[in-house]
This record gives sequence, C-alpha cells and structure tokens, in this order.
Amino acid sequence: MRVVEKRQLLSAEEIDRTLQRLAHEIVEKSGGTKNLALIGVRRRGVPLSQRLARTIFGFSKFEVPVGTLDITLYRDDLSTVAQQPVVQSTEISFPVDDRDLVVVDDVLYTGRTIRAAMNGLFDLGRPRRIRLCVLIDRGHREMPIEASFIGQTIQTSDTEIVEVHLREVDGDERVVLVDRVS
Amino acid sequence: MLQRLQDLLGIEPLTREQITFILDQAKPFQEFQRYPLKKLATLRGKTVALAFFEPSTRTRISFATAAARLGADTMNLQAESSSLKKGESLLDTVRTLEAMRPDGIVIRHSSSGAADFVAARLEIPVLNAGDGTHEHPTQGLLDALTIRDRKGSLEGRNITILGDILHSRVARSNIYLLSKFGARITLCGPAMWVPRELECLAPNLRRVSRIEDALAGADVIVVLRVQTERMHEPAIADEEYILGYQLTEARLGLAQPDALVLHPGPMIRGLEIDSAVADGAQSGVLEQVANGLAVRMALLYHLVGGAPIDAPHPAKERSNAAD
Repeated sequence: MRVVEKRQLLSAEEIDRTLQRLAHEIVEKSGGTKNLALIGVRRRGVPLSQRLARTIFGFSKFEVPVGTLDITLYRDDLSTVAQQPVVQSTEISFPVDDRDLVVVDDVLYTGRTIRAAMNGLFDLGRPRRIRLCVLIDRGHREMPIEASFIGQTIQTSDTEIVEVHLREVDGDERVVLVDRVS
Repeated sequence: MLQRLQDLLGIEPLTREQITFILDQAKPFQEFQRYPLKKLATLRGKTVALAFFEPSTRTRISFATAAARLGADTMNLQAESSSLKKGESLLDTVRTLEAMRPDGIVIRHSSSGAADFVAARLEIPVLNAGDGTHEHPTQGLLDALTIRDRKGSLEGRNITILGDILHSRVARSNIYLLSKFGARITLCGPAMWVPRELECLAPNLRRVSRIEDALAGADVIVVLRVQTERMHEPAIADEEYILGYQLTEARLGLAQPDALVLHPGPMIRGLEIDSAVADGAQSGVLEQVANGLAVRMALLYHLVGGAPIDAPHPAKERSNAAD
C-alpha cells in the first residue's frame, strides 16, 4: 500500500501545546485530581498518557497514576485476520475499582479500539467513570463513542490516514494526513 | 515476521525465534491470570477438541481452562470413553471429532508419533499434549518459561535431568528446547533408563551415574517421576531408587546455591523428591503449573484464533488503529 503525504496537521510545538492544554482541561473537568488515573492505549496512547501525567504533575504537584492497556485480545476483527496479531502486556498496577479513568489514544476514528479498551478495563474492575482523551478526532464513527478531551478535530475521507509520529515510538514528532494511492 | 505456526507437534522442529516468540506471548497471559474477571471473548465461537486417549489431569484441565478463559468451547474426549473401549481406531475417532468442526484439536496419546499422524490427516490445527515417549512440547515450553523467569535467561544453562529419561517425553522436549539455547545437559538415573542412545539427542549432553556428580554445578534440576505405568520390565525397588536418585535437601546443596528445581508432576513425595525440596524456596513446581496455563493460552490464541489458514488477508484500510 503506497501513501502520499497531503499535509501536516500538527508540528512538534503544536503537539506539545495541545497536550499542555489537554492536561489542564482534564484536571479542570475532573474537579481536581482525586481518584484520577490515565490509561494509555498501546501503542501511541502510552507516551501521550505519560506526557499528560508529567504535565499534570508539573502544575499540580500531583502524581496521577498511569497504566498501559493492550487491546489486542479485545479486538472485534480477530476472526477475519489470517495471522493473529502479537499480544503485548497490559500494565495497570493500581486497582481500577471506583477510579475516574481517562483513556488516552492518539486518533479516534471508528471507535472500535475504544470499545475494546472499555471491555479490557471492565475485566479489571468497575471504574467509577471512563472518559476519552485523543490527540485527533477524525470522524467516521461506527460505534456510539465520543471523546471528552480532543486535541484537534479534522474532516477526513475514507482513503486518508492520520499518521501520528511521536518521538518515543517513531523518532520524529508530528501529525500528518496521508492518502492512499493505487 | 514469524511464519504462522499451524500445529504444535514438538519442540524439535521449532527455531529459537519461534520458541522465544511463544514464551514472549505467554507473558501477557501470565498477567491475565491475576485479573478479577478471567474471561475473554477472543476465541468466542471457536471450539477446541480435547482428545485425551491417555489419562491426564493437570494437562487436560490446563488446556480446558486455557480454552475457556479465551472464551472458546471444548469437546471433551477422555480415555475411559466407550468408543475407544469398543475398538474404534485413532483415525476414526479424530475424524468423528473433525466432522463436528472444531477449530483445533489437542491430542494426548500413548503412541509416539500420534500427533504427527493426526496432523497429516486433518485440516485443523493440532496441538500435541504428549505422544508416547516422543514429546510433550507444552511442558517443554512452560518449563522454559519458568527457567527464564527465575533465571533471567535461557542461555547456556547447566541442566540436570534426574530419573527415567528413556520413557520420558518431558525429558526429550526439555532436551530439544534447552539445547537450542546452548544448555549443557546432564542425564542421571538408573542405568537401564539412561541408555547411551540418549546422547544423540543433543550436543553437549552427558550421562552420569552418580547423582552427586550429576548435581555439581547444576543451575536447573528437572526431577522426573518414576513411571510405573509405562514399564514392562521389572521396576527398580523404591528403596533402591531413593538411595540412588532421590533429590534430597542435602543433595540439592551440591548444585548451584540458587538452583531451580522443576518437576512435571504429579510428584510422588518421598520417592523421586523429598518434601522439603518439593516445598522449598528453590522449587518451581507451582510456577510451572501457572505458566502452563499462560503458555497454553498463548498457543491456543495463535493457533486456533484468527481466520482459517486459507482466508484472504483483509484490506488493511479501516485501522487508523491499534498498531
């Protein structure tokens, strides 16, 4: 599959500013930090959640617990793939019961990943609340799922892909819109 | 990318990379055993046939639990079943099961090569749960996982295997696996159960007649059960076995200070192993059982999960998703 870059959506500085803003929004709309915890969805939700936690610590001096969730086992498309995807670890070292969770991911698209993430979280306990924080909302929802904290909302077509590059995973740092070419 | 494993028939045909992949994939399933809700929907709608032509408790329960926790259903054939007593052949039995369209079959049989025989004739994935004296690959894998977790790495270990090696499929799987990772292997037991031919199984493998010599320098000790049900020649008297080959605390002291003691189970306390060792800090037997569940879940996920082998690859499109 070949892709061509159409335009850059966020530069490195813009990503950083967006995350700063999201971190403040999360604390503001949670009535403080009590019971708050962030859950990063593998892969790119993980560094995003860690950065958010660091920012929150920076201005509130509160260490919000951060967990890592792998949704592979909860995907709804496993019976269609010829080879099972590799399973990674879920590492949530704190109890999920009664927690005010914010699930963090890079892009919200069909909503199936988040549906799977919720199933995964419910296997671990009964959170008080689950909200969603994403860097980019690209529309095209196939599930009744919405984010409470959104970095940027963009219109996309079906052939386009939003590529989030984060230095922890990809080396470089930017968000680009690419299109498939036949 | 690892070529998709279609069956798990033995350790011998696997590469180091494939073994490492399976052990790595067992890790998330180890964590899963600690979840409050141990029920996934990953293999929902799939059926795993458990065809145990030989009695088994731990392996059968482990596979059944692994399947159930992944959300799969099981078909349960057990050794005492009447069709086998009535003289039905192995092939007819598995073909009957296959006609009910399971998505995979786990087989334990008293004949070496039974799993390969069945795999050559069925379309669905076959997992060997022990075939005669040939291999018990999931035991080899769970032992390796236990060693890796306790010791940090599988590389270059000094392994001593004690007991009836000749009749042990567990020993063979252990030998094949650990020698792929550069292990030095010492076999020790009553002479008629440790024949010279075993030296062909792997490089860096020696037989030793005195347990004291076998244990010196060992960092992993695998204790095998005396298998009275497998023997046609007169057994060694219990007292003689205990005197020559029982793993006691004193003898364990001859090995490396933190040597890991493994036993595939079931243990006969006071025969091949004494209680103090079985229950001591160096014993890994309970971890072995837990790891068996994780390994079997990882294997069922990869072998029984997913589309049938000849399914087309779906268009990668729709994911802006999980990678």
